[in-house]
Amino acid sequence: MAELSVKRAGTMSAEEILAPSPGALLRRRIFRHWGLMIGGMILAAIVLMAVLAPFVTTFDPYDQQLARKLIPPVWHGGAKATWVHPLGTDHLGRDYLTRLLYGAQISLLIGFSAMLISGVIGTVMGVLAGYFGGRVDMVVNFIITTRLSMPVVLVALAVVSIIGSSLTVVIWVLGLLIWDRFAVVMRSATQQVRVREFITAAQALGCSTPRILLAEVAPNVVNHLIVVATLEMAHAILLEAALSFLGLGVQPPTPSWGLMISEAKGLMFFDPWLISIPGVALFLLVLAINMLGDGLRDITAPENRG
Amino acid sequence: MPGVAMSGRVLTVEDLRVTLPVPAGTLHAVQGVSFHVDRGETLCIVGESGCGKTLTALAVMDLLPSRARRTAARLELEGQSLAGAGERAIADIRGNRMAMIFQEPMTSLNPAYTIGNQLEEALLRHRRVGRKQARERALYLLDRVGIPSAARRLNQYPHQLSGGLRQRVMIAMALMCGPALILADEPTTALDVTIQAQILHLLAELQREFAMGLVLITHDLGIVARIATRVAVMYAGQVVETGTAQAIFSAPAHPYTRGLLACIPVPGKTRRGDRLGTIPGMVPSLIGEMRGCRFAGRCPYVAGACRESEVPLETGLETGGEQDHLVRCIRHAEIAGLAAPSEAVVS
Amino acid sequence: MLAFTLKRLGVALLVALTVSLITFSMIYVSGDPAIAIAGEGARAQDIEAIRKFYGFDRPIIEQYFNWLIGALQGDFGRSYTLRQPVAGVIFARLPVTMLLGALAIAFALVLAIPLGVLAAVRPNSLVDRFALTVAVVGQAMPSFWFALTLVLWLGVHWRLLPITGSDRWQNFVMPAIALGYYVTPAIMRLTRAGVLEVLSSDYIRTARAKGLRPMAVLFKHALRNAIIPVVSLSAVQFGFMLGGSIVIETIFQINGLGYLAWESIQRKDLPTMQAIVLTLSVIYVLLTLLGDLLNAFLDPRLRVA
Repeated sequence: MAELSVKRAGTMSAEEILAPSPGALLRRRIFRHWGLMIGGMILAAIVLMAVLAPFVTTFDPYDQQLARKLIPPVWHGGAKATWVHPLGTDHLGRDYLTRLLYGAQISLLIGFSAMLISGVIGTVMGVLAGYFGGRVDMVVNFIITTRLSMPVVLVALAVVSIIGSSLTVVIWVLGLLIWDRFAVVMRSATQQVRVREFITAAQALGCSTPRILLAEVAPNVVNHLIVVATLEMAHAILLEAALSFLGLGVQPPTPSWGLMISEAKGLMFFDPWLISIPGVALFLLVLAINMLGDGLRDITAPENRG
Repeated sequence: MPGVAMSGRVLTVEDLRVTLPVPAGTLHAVQGVSFHVDRGETLCIVGESGCGKTLTALAVMDLLPSRARRTAARLELEGQSLAGAGERAIADIRGNRMAMIFQEPMTSLNPAYTIGNQLEEALLRHRRVGRKQARERALYLLDRVGIPSAARRLNQYPHQLSGGLRQRVMIAMALMCGPALILADEPTTALDVTIQAQILHLLAELQREFAMGLVLITHDLGIVARIATRVAVMYAGQVVETGTAQAIFSAPAHPYTRGLLACIPVPGKTRRGDRLGTIPGMVPSLIGEMRGCRFAGRCPYVAGACRESEVPLETGLETGGEQDHLVRCIRHAEIAGLAAPSEAVVS
Repeated sequence: MLAFTLKRLGVALLVALTVSLITFSMIYVSGDPAIAIAGEGARAQDIEAIRKFYGFDRPIIEQYFNWLIGALQGDFGRSYTLRQPVAGVIFARLPVTMLLGALAIAFALVLAIPLGVLAAVRPNSLVDRFALTVAVVGQAMPSFWFALTLVLWLGVHWRLLPITGSDRWQNFVMPAIALGYYVTPAIMRLTRAGVLEVLSSDYIRTARAKGLRPMAVLFKHALRNAIIPVVSLSAVQFGFMLGGSIVIETIFQINGLGYLAWESIQRKDLPTMQAIVLTLSVIYVLLTLLGDLLNAFLDPRLRVA
């Protein structure tokens, strides 16, 4: 009752009436959320660098200069370090910065595409299960359980090894595997929306089911969708890196961060920066996307903060 | 010097204030509340939701939300000051010499432990007794609060009991250490109407039997009329009128009290077809600084002076100068002779 | 309770059946398995002999049921490359992975639960911020990179722990940390949210009204209830970890199921791959069932109902 009385008195105060509009409040929440701002800025920087890679660096990511191999990054000092290769070169003499930038393209491409595929599958399943309930829900639930029971990395590795590995295969395999969280979240979000009055009203008015799903349900679950989408994109990027690290993701000589770490594994005791640089890049990208996702959840649905 | 034996005074509250920081400013939930309770006495605190009744009780128990700030000129249990006592000292008193019964019997018991465990815990915490004695005491009290087959209930979990039974368990729990004071915060609001009366009768009976002081918080004046010794009417964080139940019901002096009384039908007085009163308007916001009478915005007798300065609690005149009848209204003497507020506000 | 358990076991069986169907169909995605076993340049009669030996000449349905009946009896067929029954290999390697998983989840719980509780008891404090940082960093850290970094520092730089192998207990320290750290954030966040929610509940107020000391309130009344959802999450995460151990076991060359999976993937040893996926799936379903049963044990409302 104490809490209740506080809220009640609060909603009726003059301060509340003079409060700024919802749009302004949202803008203020976005700019006050430092996690969201930092995450967004790091992600924007990485995307920009990846897109503008040909302008940032003049080297070719595939160009091998064995004479200039294993130059350390500039902060290591020493005779070999040079500003021509700020992050040094790898064991085949390729410019590490260039490989890092083109690797960002691969990570972003795979992360985004796999997220799209899994998003479509998971959302359709989740919304249908949540909206129709009953048998549909039971079947979808069973499919989700089955999918969750299958170890992602193992199945992905097995399938890639059988079909043969390529960028497209990696995207599709990941996309077909990681839709579970989309389905789970969309299902519960739809269940919550389904019982609201405006859905009953639309049903009473005789609106068709597809129309209700698109015009009434979709706008009310889209904020959950965006949050899961960011988290799953980060997940896909991590999985791609793990697959490439194990040699069954993106194939050499394509620059991929997971592959760069894998290639440098044998040399890491002598030149640890070879694994630190792509590792930190991977960490920062995933961190940025996660922070963006967490921030979006906080500002769109503050009550769901965990 | 208020001693236990001398006056039998159980609880003294003077100028109790509770504030809560909220996004829009500071919420003054309780604004200088004073009251006292003697042994064997039932004080009813009445008022609308959100007027600070619950926070007043929680402030006495020192169970306020951690954000809340409490100050009081005096806050004494049987002559011992609670205001300056530390967390450990208060914990020794809570559940021991004063106990509280809450509004929500369905959620006030821990779902993970048996009724017996949760009852015994109170005694084991405050008395040097063994588990066996604690169990005997729990069994006796469960039986005393009217729970059938009490022995079986001891081993059951809260979800196996109905709301009415759970509230009886809460009452038994409050009695475990034989407290001098019980604070009951709308103990029957969540229950069925038929159960409500039983629980209240039980409380009144136990209060007499164990000669405790009982503070009953409610917004149901029907209940108050039946069991109150004295009444404190709260509005917007302040006591606006206080006195014996007899005085409040026969000669309500504050316009708010008169409004409240007009809202309930009185057997023998209210005739079939009569209109019951309502109090138009809403409780004012308690955020920020306030001046003047809190009820001015809804009062049918409001005058310019009402809004100008703080209104003190002063002795009501119309009850023949009875010392205990206090009212917070500058016009109470003038309006005493005017028509009842129900006719004044309902067209 | 019994009906609930039986129902869940039924679902487990159905899941296992579905997974078996999916894994079995993997063989036929890959083209002719006989050629795969014999190698690219094999003679036609060798391929034919292999086809007969493994039963690839029979109808697919018959092959599936033969395989399924075998699997139900604990016979997963013969490994293409190890030339011995798959079941034997799996049961030899499984305990190593289970031990690694148990150590990893223990590490995660020891780190996550106290941190989550402290963060909930003092929201927005330094501890809370530290816990949030651990969670955010943990979720973004690629496990294989974290493992390599551990090797680099603890193994090579400070020489505290052996880098590879699985015969001594020291071998399991780094893998358990690398594997466990990944699930720490989820467990910590759930603990924090659970404790935070329970602490604001009515029965906590009742416990305080009884005069119980803050520690008794926290440990007896709050944790007991807040921990219930953490138990089932931990069971699920344990299942995920067994699947994720492939990366960690490969890096540390631990002779467990994950490493076996890695070897069989390299050699395109389909029966072994199938059997591992199926085994892990069944373990996952059983673990979630175990989590639910533990929940029911901890929460009387589920137990008696």
